Amino acid sequence: MGAIIDISRGVRAGVQSAEGAVRAALDRVHKANHSLNALLACDADRALERARALDAARVAGHDPGPLAGVPLALKDNICTPFGITTCGSRILGTFASQYAAHVVERLEFAGAVIIGKTNLDEFAMGSSTENSAFSPTRNPWDLARVAGGSSGGSCAAVAARLVPGALGSDTGGSIRQPASFCGVTGLKPTYGRVSRFGLVAFGSSLDQIGPIAEDAGDVALLLKVIAGHDARDSTSVDVPVPDYLAALDRPLAGLRVGVSEEYFGEGLDSEVRRAVEVAIAELERGGAVVVPVHLPHMKYAIACYYIVATAEASSNLARFDGVHYGHRTENPRDFMDVYAASRGEAFGPEVKRRIMLGTYVLSSGYYDAYYLKALKVRTLIRRDFERAFEQVDVIASPVAPSPAFLVGEKAVDPLAMYLSDVYSVSANLAGIPAVSLPCGFTAAGLPIGMQLMGRMMDEGTLLAAAHQYQLRTDHHRQRPPAFAEL
Amino acid sequence: MMPSTPTVRPIIGLEIHVQLQTRTKMFCGCPVRYDAPPNSCVCAVCLGHPGALPVINRRALEYAVLTGMALNCTIARHTKWDRKSYYYPDLPKNYQISQYDMPLAEHGSFEFDVDGTTKRVRIKRAHLEEDAGKNIHDTPGCTLVDLNRAGTPLLEIVTEPDINSAEEAYVFCVELQRLVTCLGVSEGIMQKGQMRFEPNVNLAIPADGSECRTPIAEIKNLNSFRSVRNAIAYETQRQLAAWQEDPEYVHGRRPNENRGWNDDRGVTEYQRPKEAAHDYRYFPDPDLVPVELTDAMLEATRALMPELPVARRRRLVQQFRLSPKDAETIAEHRPTAELFECVLAAGGPPETVGKQFVNVWLKLANDRGAAVTDLGVSAERMAELAQITTEGIVNKTAANQLAETMLTRPAPPRQIAEELGLIQVQDQAATARWVEQAFAENAQAVRDAMENPKKAKAAAGFLRGQVMKLSGGKADPKLVGDLIEKRLAGG
Ligand SMILES: [Zn+2]
Repeated sequence: MGAIIDISRGVRAGVQSAEGAVRAALDRVHKANHSLNALLACDADRALERARALDAARVAGHDPGPLAGVPLALKDNICTPFGITTCGSRILGTFASQYAAHVVERLEFAGAVIIGKTNLDEFAMGSSTENSAFSPTRNPWDLARVAGGSSGGSCAAVAARLVPGALGSDTGGSIRQPASFCGVTGLKPTYGRVSRFGLVAFGSSLDQIGPIAEDAGDVALLLKVIAGHDARDSTSVDVPVPDYLAALDRPLAGLRVGVSEEYFGEGLDSEVRRAVEVAIAELERGGAVVVPVHLPHMKYAIACYYIVATAEASSNLARFDGVHYGHRTENPRDFMDVYAASRGEAFGPEVKRRIMLGTYVLSSGYYDAYYLKALKVRTLIRRDFERAFEQVDVIASPVAPSPAFLVGEKAVDPLAMYLSDVYSVSANLAGIPAVSLPCGFTAAGLPIGMQLMGRMMDEGTLLAAAHQYQLRTDHHRQRPPAFAEL
Repeated sequence: MMPSTPTVRPIIGLEIHVQLQTRTKMFCGCPVRYDAPPNSCVCAVCLGHPGALPVINRRALEYAVLTGMALNCTIARHTKWDRKSYYYPDLPKNYQISQYDMPLAEHGSFEFDVDGTTKRVRIKRAHLEEDAGKNIHDTPGCTLVDLNRAGTPLLEIVTEPDINSAEEAYVFCVELQRLVTCLGVSEGIMQKGQMRFEPNVNLAIPADGSECRTPIAEIKNLNSFRSVRNAIAYETQRQLAAWQEDPEYVHGRRPNENRGWNDDRGVTEYQRPKEAAHDYRYFPDPDLVPVELTDAMLEATRALMPELPVARRRRLVQQFRLSPKDAETIAEHRPTAELFECVLAAGGPPETVGKQFVNVWLKLANDRGAAVTDLGVSAERMAELAQITTEGIVNKTAANQLAETMLTRPAPPRQIAEELGLIQVQDQAATARWVEQAFAENAQAVRDAMENPKKAKAAAGFLRGQVMKLSGGKADPKLVGDLIEKRLAGG
């Protein structure tokens, strides 16, 4: 049983107080966050006040909800009506959102206590959390290494057990890759499964909010709370939310697991390859059937992704202009300089690079050759998956080509950084759900993640397979030695 | 030697922005209000705050479809939203949600009458978009931004260049305003910026057996019918003069340009070359799903289509023998026209109803600054007044007085007429006595009528008036006229 289910059961049964659970989390944040930089902000007073209110409600006979007293941290690109929402950027360094994201409403209604906001690559653009304007997040398994990104803060916080769960956002692997680097379980839901209302957009057609926790059971519980239709997000899908927890018992027997050679090619670290292969063999031992599948357009996924995502980003980030809110330059020469200088001063280099790339691919004369072609490739990638899912129930692969790299190792080479998303971006392009779960360690003790991708709206099958795998293994129960005593 | 003045043909296309009068904005729930305090009708969505998402207003879509249908357009079954990118302080997202390559409506036409002939202008397209806010420059050294207007639904209508004079453009705009107000999709109030016009103007000039064309000028943001007419009239003269001065002032050799209308000076002023237009980097808005219009939705919208102003006027003239001017007056506002038809449906004789509606009821309404539909007189009672007037029970003068009393008294007109003693007297003997009295009391007028050809007509009219006065307005004017004529002729 994961820590989230444990706390909520305890609080609902009255054997544990919400205040106690929240105090414990705040205490761990206080002790460990300075070495990790996982949380950017922590509102202890508000969290404790909410926890006490939950306890009082329970004593008064009210059900405090399925996430009663569970302390959670949210990636800082999810709008909260309290504190600030920075997106890891100087341009929103003091920005206070006027409203709550849909997921914030859902979590609080379910009795969760949001204790803070987590670090990320600026506007979720990056794979290491080094692009944060507020310093990188360190990997709890090795502080010299990155936590991955862009949801590095959320994944490091869960890995070090500062909080039992967190939300991240995933545009091209931003939940799954740091989950694999940090040894936690993270899910990118189907596009449209979770409302994006209140998620600061990076690539609107790719972005999804998803849960991060210790195991698949806790992820299932969080997903059940945050999933579902929201009229404020036109791309949110109006399909009933199944009971993901009840579905976890589905056995591995007969599960058809697709394996595509496109995911095991050149550039894959040998230790990662071996761990994933062993994990797939473990699924087979549990009764799953391995079926080879072919995804011929995989090789175009990275190029396609970096066109679609940057195009959308260039437009989504246009609103950060220093005119209405956020950073404004001190002494603009003229009207245009308000824009140019404010943006020039406050955006980091990776964000600028992506805005320029995106502006370029949407420019007249280049639109057809880049953006339009990328949309066509995207359709082909989606069809690849549709065809594959006629033969299999899930597709297993590595999450990232390597385990966590050193801070600074790839920071100077954007292309190498982009390639660390090579196995994760296609799920976003196709809109399908994908989960990352711990499947082993390198000789140096770094976690390795396995990715399971599934059919549209079929998170249930993914979570059941992950849960069944976790019943047979204990990689997800390992804790980073430096934080084991917290 | 002066060149002979060629027969110049202006080529004019119009872009018209019409604000739709929905209760809420295009992509959020904020109210659409014109005179609210600055930045009081705003939310995270229309302020473009991080993480906020647009949701389309179905009513705006319905209004746009209805207008497209009224303009005889083909309505798209599948349409989408695009982002148009440019930086401006009144545009909080720095992109406008609009429709680029798949407009809601295309390939339409609009017919109207100019100087008694029918003009047909093709409609290229009509699409939905969101309005921007307003930059207010009235404080020196600083620009204030009011975002109340940001996100108001806007229908952009683009014509083909089928308009050939300032007058045609003027009538087009007037008729379009009548159309959208009749449809109920916009109040069309210029002062509130609910309709804005941008004419594209150039000239076709016959020269050396062929035809040459001047560069196209787009006149930005005209806010009144008058400025449309004046700006185009000025611009055509300006272009002709420019061409006469410079033979190279020809489309393709000189740049197209954007010009602004200076209402005080009565001139268009150069702003910038059109070629310097932005690259708007249109691309499909990923926050909005494409719109599929079903048969059921289109049929439901078509069922809302009223009779349109131009058609209604033509019908009024044909069916009820109204003068074109009276027909125009009645058809001007949809509720007025509907009341008129109700009076006819209630049995009012058409010709009398036509005259009485314009000369009595609309006049009474006008004097009171009210709409005729707000006078509190039902169609049935108006019909009855027309009926008793036609039957000669009351005369025209009495009908006027009666109508005014009907505003405050709910009784049937005939009853009121009896109470006020307005029933027309058909008694020949009584009428003859009034005539006799009038002749006796106005000897000079009688002499003039009989002997002075210059004054005869006026004197007879005077005598008629005296007789009516003596009858207390109750005499039948026709009978009075006959008796006076007979007596003057020595009968
Ligand atoms: Zn709003």
